[in-house]
Amino acid sequence: MVDMSTFIDVAVYLGIILIKILVLVFPLFIVVAYYTLAERKIIGYMQVRVGPNRVGFDAVPGLRRIRGLGQPIADAVKLMFKEIVIPTNANVFLFVIAPVLSFAPAIAAWAVIPFDDGWVVADINVGLLYLLAMTSISVYGVIIAGWASNSKYAFLGSIRSAAQIISYEIAMGFTLVGVVLAAGSLNLSDIVMAQKGSLIHWYWLPLFPLFIIYFISATAETNRAPFDVAEGESEIVAGFHTEYSGMLFAVFFLAEYANMILVSALAVIMFLGGWLSPFEGTILGETILGQHGIVWFLLKTSIFMLLFLWFRATFPRYRYDQIMRLGWKIFIPITLVWIVVEAAAVLANLPPWFVEG
Amino acid sequence: MIKFTFYFFSIILIFAAMRLITVRNPVHAALFLVLSFFSSASIWLLLHAEFLAIALILVYVGAVMVLFLFVVMMLDINVTMIRDGFARYMPVATLVGVVILVEMGLVIFSHLPEVQPVVMAADVSNTKMLGQVLYTIYVYPFEIAAVILLVAMVAAIALTHIPRTRMKYQTPSHQVNVRRQDRVRLVKMPTEPKD
Repeated sequence: MVDMSTFIDVAVYLGIILIKILVLVFPLFIVVAYYTLAERKIIGYMQVRVGPNRVGFDAVPGLRRIRGLGQPIADAVKLMFKEIVIPTNANVFLFVIAPVLSFAPAIAAWAVIPFDDGWVVADINVGLLYLLAMTSISVYGVIIAGWASNSKYAFLGSIRSAAQIISYEIAMGFTLVGVVLAAGSLNLSDIVMAQKGSLIHWYWLPLFPLFIIYFISATAETNRAPFDVAEGESEIVAGFHTEYSGMLFAVFFLAEYANMILVSALAVIMFLGGWLSPFEGTILGETILGQHGIVWFLLKTSIFMLLFLWFRATFPRYRYDQIMRLGWKIFIPITLVWIVVEAAAVLANLPPWFVEG
Repeated sequence: MIKFTFYFFSIILIFAAMRLITVRNPVHAALFLVLSFFSSASIWLLLHAEFLAIALILVYVGAVMVLFLFVVMMLDINVTMIRDGFARYMPVATLVGVVILVEMGLVIFSHLPEVQPVVMAADVSNTKMLGQVLYTIYVYPFEIAAVILLVAMVAAIALTHIPRTRMKYQTPSHQVNVRRQDRVRLVKMPTEPKD
């Protein structure tokens, strides 16, 4: 017989987890919504346009009105009321479940991201592996969408995407191996704490090639420009989501942006010291600027989020064979060489990064 | 609670495995295989074997099955053609199935000493323990396995790679090193006189 009190314990335990998830996911959705607006605005200004400037409300009453702030909400309402068109001979079940399959891992991966010391939903031993697993299964959404659509453009897009993600995952996995080698742990909080000290203790310096390769691979992994051949509108209409409309399309869109924010946060945790303050160990270290906190984490993450938009506004799309060449013949050899160099440095207890040994 | 979770994932696992061999569409079969990998990974998690569980998802679900799906989707498989040979291959298939069943039965029903799963405390990282054992005691078998895999990979590529003479290659270094002078020639011409 199940004791009543243990039942209540379990219910309370599950309730606390649920609240933690809600506290994480709601702000995430708002950031995703406004990230789409930021993208349109920022790329607009980069191309000497204004961007969305019609739907708006006062952010702060009395101040100069920022036009366009209501755009994400207007877009969401529009997409919700659009008809969902299901193509003839499409596999209906897989067609509908594909956006969910690409969205769920993008959200689930956030469970192990530490925002501050101890601010994490699931503080698990194998956090980094879990993240790698989650980012690798998000490709299923794209593949299934392409196949279930019964459309050649969608299918071509999904085939391209699958090949690209598999190729870049290897380089990305090797950069993560480099981080694990340096930190001696797969737990993300431990990885951040291992970088404690000052700006030059962060892993961007000893792992500089891996840092650059990680971010470029992450761009390829999230199917963003200049590696967005899965969508490639100049060649294959809209790629894997050619046949999608309405809210099903919106879910793909949300997954892409959630993934972009995720890989930005991951870059910050692994190479830029997560929530650690950049002024630690300097003359400003004793003031309020030297305090560690979630503010630093969010600031650093937004820099990477801006980089994604900047890439899109700057670079022309890569040709497909060049993407493959970059991934297999350039990134993988560089990461392998650097892991050997780093292993030597760890064995030699090279200060100031690898002193504990 | 753990019992409930175990049975939940087991039922999904058994259902997915059954559908895997009964479903007609090969793409659906591959997706059911993904589902069964996922459920078995969840069951391993219940045993606190988090490294193995996530490695299963990472390697099989994240890489192997993606490539598998990739191939299955591109093949235009005629289902009726496959079912044609059903009766012809039935005896061989039955024989193989029975042999596998007998082997499994021998393992399960032989009176092996009862092995309890070793459940570690939550603060012991079994990734670290696995690594220590794998790279010290079992380092030679581990290396040999790696070399065998490498040989298999090289062999597979060597067998399937047919150098095609008509293939057109592009040399990226040539493309990058192209200068304006190689492609564009500016010609100065006198203006044509007006008639």
